[in-house]
Amino acid sequence: MPKRVAESLRLVVALGLLLLVFSVMADHFFTSRTFSSVANQIPSLLVVAVGMTYVIVLGGIDLSVGSLLALCGGVMGVATAGLHLPLPLAVLMCLAVGAGVGAVNGMVMVRWRLPAFIVTLGMLEIARGGAYLVTHSQTQYIGASIESISEVAVLGLSLPFFLALALVFAAQWTLDRTVFGRYVVATGTNEEAVRLSGVDTSKIRVAVYTLCGFLAGLGAIIHTARLGAADPNAGGGLELQAIAAVVVGGTSLMGGRGSVVGTLFGVLIIAVLDTGLAQVGAQEPAKRVITGLVIVGAVILDNYRHGRRHG
Amino acid sequence: MSLPSPLLATFDLHKAYAQPVLRGVNWAVRAGEVHALVGENGAGKSTLARVVCGMTSPNAGHMQLAGRPWSPSSRRDADAQGVRMVLQELGAIGTLTVAENIFRGRLPTKGGGRWGVIDRKRLHEEARVWMAAVGLQDVAPDALVSSLGVGQKQLVEIAGALTSDVKLLILDEPTAALTGPETQKLFEQIRRLCAGGTAVVYISHRLEELQEIATRLTVLRDGVMVGTHNTADLSIDKIIKLMAGRALSADEFATAQHGEDVGIEVRNLRVNGVVRDVSFSAHKGEILGFAGLMGAGRTETMRALFGADVRDAGEVFIDGEPVTIRHPRDAVRAGVALLTEDRKEQGLLLPLGITTNVSVVNLPALAKHGVIDESNEASVAERFRQTLAVKAHNLSQPVGELSGGNQQKVLIARWLFRDCRVLIFDEPTRGIDVGARFEIYKLMRDLAHAGKTILVVSSDLTELMQICHRIAVLSRGELVQTFRRDTWTQASIMAAAFSGYLGKAATDQAEA
Repeated sequence: MPKRVAESLRLVVALGLLLLVFSVMADHFFTSRTFSSVANQIPSLLVVAVGMTYVIVLGGIDLSVGSLLALCGGVMGVATAGLHLPLPLAVLMCLAVGAGVGAVNGMVMVRWRLPAFIVTLGMLEIARGGAYLVTHSQTQYIGASIESISEVAVLGLSLPFFLALALVFAAQWTLDRTVFGRYVVATGTNEEAVRLSGVDTSKIRVAVYTLCGFLAGLGAIIHTARLGAADPNAGGGLELQAIAAVVVGGTSLMGGRGSVVGTLFGVLIIAVLDTGLAQVGAQEPAKRVITGLVIVGAVILDNYRHGRRHG
Repeated sequence: MSLPSPLLATFDLHKAYAQPVLRGVNWAVRAGEVHALVGENGAGKSTLARVVCGMTSPNAGHMQLAGRPWSPSSRRDADAQGVRMVLQELGAIGTLTVAENIFRGRLPTKGGGRWGVIDRKRLHEEARVWMAAVGLQDVAPDALVSSLGVGQKQLVEIAGALTSDVKLLILDEPTAALTGPETQKLFEQIRRLCAGGTAVVYISHRLEELQEIATRLTVLRDGVMVGTHNTADLSIDKIIKLMAGRALSADEFATAQHGEDVGIEVRNLRVNGVVRDVSFSAHKGEILGFAGLMGAGRTETMRALFGADVRDAGEVFIDGEPVTIRHPRDAVRAGVALLTEDRKEQGLLLPLGITTNVSVVNLPALAKHGVIDESNEASVAERFRQTLAVKAHNLSQPVGELSGGNQQKVLIARWLFRDCRVLIFDEPTRGIDVGARFEIYKLMRDLAHAGKTILVVSSDLTELMQICHRIAVLSRGELVQTFRRDTWTQASIMAAAFSGYLGKAATDQAEA
């Protein structure tokens, strides 16, 4: 346990330094407005990144989450704006599509023994195409009924923010304390050893990709609620942001080692960097260069910490 | 002393990973000699070789090469100065050609620059010279290495080591995959090299070969140098005694009688092309060994019966009841355990602690509504750690840091926790040092006493003859003969192991 605390502490320090630097550099950075704006921006990325953490701890990758978010949002948008179905039903459909597509990802990998990269790369295209098909490439305006979800609740923070935060801790607890979580870590460490211990690792794999897809669906609801509309172009590049947040949070791309709380910090660091750079007047190109450097730098540091042990 | 000063000398070398591997080694190799390095697995031979050729650095002690301090910073550094090692694990890159592998890292270029275009003509001409030298004259220099057999791959590696000036060449089990004529060809090369003043360090378990090729021989035991002798002065028995430190007595492992109930029966197990209609049964309390040559189908038989690989036919009965095993999960439910040959790749969760490595086999038993009772989990792990005397700092120390013997104990603990009735050990003491080996044997015997049925696959015949009640011999996928303790001799078992490979060409043709 102390080891894990030390790990989070490092991320807290990194985040603190970042805040300090921007507070000094930008006049109006250290304000509650900045914080609530950051906090209300991140929930959709955060829930997707939680799913990505599980996938990466399992030793996999899911490139389809961004497109899947658009597809799920599109389904929800068409269901409400086009078919005039009640919102709760549309929400359920959105989550079901997410979980279903995730399950398909997992089952295809297991059935034909294909690498996650290939299967989810294919699904990235399929889901994006699907999003255009269901919406006829039109943004679906849903309006006030869904926007209420993302209204400010307390202290300038929205309901999705609290939901995502609760999800982070629930997911961390599940990873640490449950049989399922332990199987995810063990399978990511050495799948063959776990299989030969009599565990059906195929089921674990399908379950994790299903979970990841489900969370992409949840991300779609949050994203759509914030805009009041479902855009078939939504979530472009979101998969890469999620992967970046996961690795900045200290989860190993090799699988078997990772932390959902770390991912929370990864998301915060990237979001603060984004907002802070904008406030000090950095242009989009410079922001992207710096963000890229931070991602690679974080992983280099992480390797130093963990590489030594393995000689 | 009038002895020539050594080419290589080591002084009080120490090296420890999780456990000390080298403990104060003072060793000397002369120019122009073939110097054999022997010892049980884990005695420190490979580590010593790796230190000498710069692949790892010692914790203490120093070395001299030709009278000057020697501390290579990397394998490449050592290589540049003529100290080279051909690895036991094949280093040849399958997707490159033979010639490219031989000149790996120093491909001839047009114009001679390091980054120029490869001069294929010169590459192939020069490669042919070295290929002929090791007996690969029938192979095309532009053949892909992946198309070669294991023995030929080994020869490609050796050819690569000869291409530039070499002062000290270390060969680690060079003949493991070679045929008789290939071995002789290799010996010719070794003698030619030595005549030119190169020292060759020869690591091998094949003691007869050492007597043929080596002039001097150094024995390592548990990281300590037992001594260097002229090979001519030593009999094979004597070498074995030096390695083991004590003569093994059969009585020590004389096994008690086992029960009459059959624990496991296998009927007509078949894996196409590998295992041919293998049937056997083993009693409760019995240790049944499986001997055979590499590729005889022993591991494949065990994996197929465990459901780790697909089988084409065959029935399994546990305690007389037929069981359907299609996946390891089914085998584990039926009470069968498999301790694989390759513990690191197929058994252990290396970065995780003892706790998870043990509990993973039966997590639901430790959980309520899917939530693991961590204190119960830890107490289970602690109990096994004590009963099996696993040496570790604590339960969360990564098992990758434990010694081979302790890693094997962790895996035994895993299956005891699952309360398996049939335990299959595949090469149970590979990579485990002599002392720990006896502990593992004792554990296996205790398990048999407790009524478990034990199947053991081993390439070490002495090991099987020590611990087994019966030994079944597989040859070319068939179970050719089963020996009882009082009827076997090393010669009769070996004869059975070879039997499938003699005069079988015709049968094969017919089957194909």
